[in-house]
Amino acid sequence: MTRDARWLLALLPCAAALVWAIPFAWMAVASLRPNEAGAMDLASLLPAGPFGWSNFADAWSEGHFPLWYLNTVLLCGGILAVQCVTISLAGYAFARLRFRGRELLFQAFLLQLMLVPPILIVPNMTTLVTLHLYDTLPGVMAPYFASAFGVFLMRQTFRTIPREYEEAALVDGAGPLTIITRVLLPLARPGLVAFAIVSITSHWNEFLWPLMAISSPRNQVLTVGLASFTSGAEAGSEWGVIAAGTFLVAAPLLVMFVLFQRRFVSSFVFSGIK
Amino acid sequence: MDPVSSTTAQGVVLPMTRTVRTRVSRPSLTAYALLAPSAVFLLGFTYWPVVQVLASALTERAFGGTARFGLGNFARLFADPHFGRAVVNNLIYAAGTIVPSLLLALGLAMALRESGRLASVLRTVLVLPMLIPLVAAASLFVFIFLPGAGLLDYYLARFGLGQTNWLGDPSLALGSIIAITVWKNTGYYMLFFLAGLAGIPQELLDAARIDGAGAWARFRHVTLPLLGPTLAFVLVIAVLNALTQVDHVVVMTQGGPSDSTTLLLYYIYQQAAQNYDVGLASAATVVSVAVLFALSIMSLRSLERGIHYDT
Repeated sequence: MTRDARWLLALLPCAAALVWAIPFAWMAVASLRPNEAGAMDLASLLPAGPFGWSNFADAWSEGHFPLWYLNTVLLCGGILAVQCVTISLAGYAFARLRFRGRELLFQAFLLQLMLVPPILIVPNMTTLVTLHLYDTLPGVMAPYFASAFGVFLMRQTFRTIPREYEEAALVDGAGPLTIITRVLLPLARPGLVAFAIVSITSHWNEFLWPLMAISSPRNQVLTVGLASFTSGAEAGSEWGVIAAGTFLVAAPLLVMFVLFQRRFVSSFVFSGIK
Repeated sequence: MDPVSSTTAQGVVLPMTRTVRTRVSRPSLTAYALLAPSAVFLLGFTYWPVVQVLASALTERAFGGTARFGLGNFARLFADPHFGRAVVNNLIYAAGTIVPSLLLALGLAMALRESGRLASVLRTVLVLPMLIPLVAAASLFVFIFLPGAGLLDYYLARFGLGQTNWLGDPSLALGSIIAITVWKNTGYYMLFFLAGLAGIPQELLDAARIDGAGAWARFRHVTLPLLGPTLAFVLVIAVLNALTQVDHVVVMTQGGPSDSTTLLLYYIYQQAAQNYDVGLASAATVVSVAVLFALSIMSLRSLERGIHYDT
């Protein structure tokens, strides 16, 4: 490799990372810069004082963050809890049992990787209304209770576990439920953690479906709350407050990512599809 | 498909020897019972909706409330200039987001594959956007694109450039939306290329080097062919993203100005949630589902291979 090419290869990622970091840098600086600092230098990325927490205080009082956090945590937790059951059972069936139509059923399951719920908002809304689940958190959760990706991931994980672990239990006459809960799931923890990371990230960040499926403010989640909050604050040009609100929505996952970076990265690479 | 599936029979040998009378049906029944909870929700929220949306797309509603079977909704859909615009916009959006973000992601993965503190910090920064909600990205970019006082214009002014209405000018708005998407997704795609590159045996590259292959030749004839499955896999995800993620359009432009940022899913959302035209929304959904269906038939094999390859 020539020296020029080597320099170029070293410069490209530095330049890209610099550009990529700008929105985050602005979010950090603007959220900590009190509104009185003067309208002209709103865009300045230089971290010059005075700094203060007033934007966060304003955002906290203008939005309903505690409620939005609670609903979002309930949403992500509820989806994940049911998913863990459905994907473990189906993953075991596809990994260990032989039955008629297995390949065909597996392909049919995988179709959900493509036919993702956002595309089907129109018919799914009709279903929610029919089931009296419109404007409820379980209604937002329901389309995600089955996860093709999760089933795929659990099938792969179960397959890496040697059969010897199950055979003793089988000889003792244990049924599939006992084998899954007592033998396989404790050994499949890395797979479950990987799935949990992907599932929580995608539902924490989801917007269009909760926007459609929920109408009353008391059921609102963070992303939808942020959108309405932003359009309100935008009218008053409260950019520091918007930056603080955005930070409040994005921070939990960003912090988790920085703390458990390796786990996150391997989960996402394993997943590909949420 | 993979070596593991050929051994699947072994585990069933034990229970089967004990229940010889019901040879096939017993394990089958168990399997169906275990699949049932997933199947119920897949049927209710994936397969049935496809049937339902097809039915409602083929149902014409007249003013008296009478419904009859026909292709009227599709006729209206294809005659609607807004729909045509949405399709063209979505094609531009797909090309404009996929080509740059894949090229960037591949280049960055090549440059940042080494372990090392700097490389690791740069990788982290590039991946961060994928972790924030698209609406949060939109909230930040609303200010970045703000005419005059916004971040972009503030710094461009130092180079003597004047105000630009990045989101309000019909000829620029789609490009601005594309820029957000590239910013958001490139790091995500880079992760797959990094994993793919890590799977390429160093001996192959060393052998090529000994044979006198230059850096470009090694990339072109060794690395790129071996990245084929990863590339196919990332491409499918990128197409899927281009069809299913419109949060930034909803928040920032509402499809405007003058339809310049209306994408297919936004059009569906608009017909369903604002115009209450279920027939038109259903017909447009059928078109999207057909595109995704074709994509999944083409790519199911490569998808599966891609996931295998990355594990």
